[in-house]
Amino acid sequence: MIRVHGLGKRFDDRRVFAGVDLDLADGLLLVTGPNGSGKTTLLRVLARLAAPSAGTLELPPRERIGYLGHSPNVYRELTALENLTLFARLYRVERERVGMLLERFGLWEVRNERVSTFSRGMQQRLGLCRALLHDPSLLVLDEPTNALDVQGLELLDAVLDEPRLHVVATHDATRFDARATERLVFA
Amino acid sequence: MTYIGDVGALARKDLLLELRAKETLPSMLLFVISALTIFHFALPAGTSDVAARGLLWSALVFTALLGLTRAFVAEREQGMFDALILTPCDRSAIWLAKSIAVLAFLAAAEVVALPAFAAFFHGLNGRTVAAVALADLGIVAVGTLFGAMAVAGRARELLLPLLFLPAAIPIVVGGVGGYLWFLVLYDAIFAVFAWGTFEYVVAEAA
Repeated sequence: MIRVHGLGKRFDDRRVFAGVDLDLADGLLLVTGPNGSGKTTLLRVLARLAAPSAGTLELPPRERIGYLGHSPNVYRELTALENLTLFARLYRVERERVGMLLERFGLWEVRNERVSTFSRGMQQRLGLCRALLHDPSLLVLDEPTNALDVQGLELLDAVLDEPRLHVVATHDATRFDARATERLVFA
Repeated sequence: MTYIGDVGALARKDLLLELRAKETLPSMLLFVISALTIFHFALPAGTSDVAARGLLWSALVFTALLGLTRAFVAEREQGMFDALILTPCDRSAIWLAKSIAVLAFLAAAEVVALPAFAAFFHGLNGRTVAAVALADLGIVAVGTLFGAMAVAGRARELLLPLLFLPAAIPIVVGGVGGYLWFLVLYDAIFAVFAWGTFEYVVAEAA
């Protein structure tokens, strides 16, 4: 659940955004806007990774939030299995879920290969696995279609069909328009 | 047990990253051996023990700085602070694990550096070895904290030396003088300080 009122963020003298009101229980919040309009900053605030400058927030606790930023947020010199096993340990998740996610995202066969040898699309899939590892109630995705191929995009669609609250920032609004239950357009 | 398990998993990750990337330890080894070799040829014969020990401590502090500069590179370049701080693990576990990894690299460099120092200068006594071991704890405790702070800053390559070197002066004073209790006190104070404040530092670094 996200409930925010009068949310604002400033960096020194520069206002990034102001007066954002949201009341969401589930569905998909689509955040669109040009580069530098504040989409990523809003997502970081909603993922509890940055503090707002103004407004009130009611958000799930950190451990119930899944976040995938511009980069896949995985260690490049670890294997796919080592990355997810590390985060499974930190999230107190059973290791069986690691195998299940690797299978689902088509990474099981390459589980013992270093992420640095993966294509950008495979890294993005692994980032999605990491963000979903603890079955979050809020999934925050910043440009999630980055580098994904057709199969990867289908996997992403399946993730977005699952019953949880999703927040997606993207340039490719048409891809998510049909799923969006709320829209926030930054100028 | 969960806390210790988290620290173990994170430290193992840091050691694995270095084992595969081989970036930090080779550069630390090359630096410390080069520095001691230069000091050996630069110092006149008959140099006092205290002067030689002073040079050893200078070499060790700058070798540690080299390792600390690389300590959070993976977290910074791959956006890993974002992923780590969303997990329910205690944030101080990240600091402790990173400190253990840096301590391992520093100890490995010293395994080579101390015999080299003994060969180049006047040998080594047990008190100096004990002082080095105690100083290592203080160096990694305070250095890892400052390393994380530097990741959050804009001029990060400048910030770490600016924060770390003044804080390392008492370590060099204690090490050269062989004041073991002073080093124990320094370690205790800075370990508790770093352990308690890392949570706030990492929130800014993410």
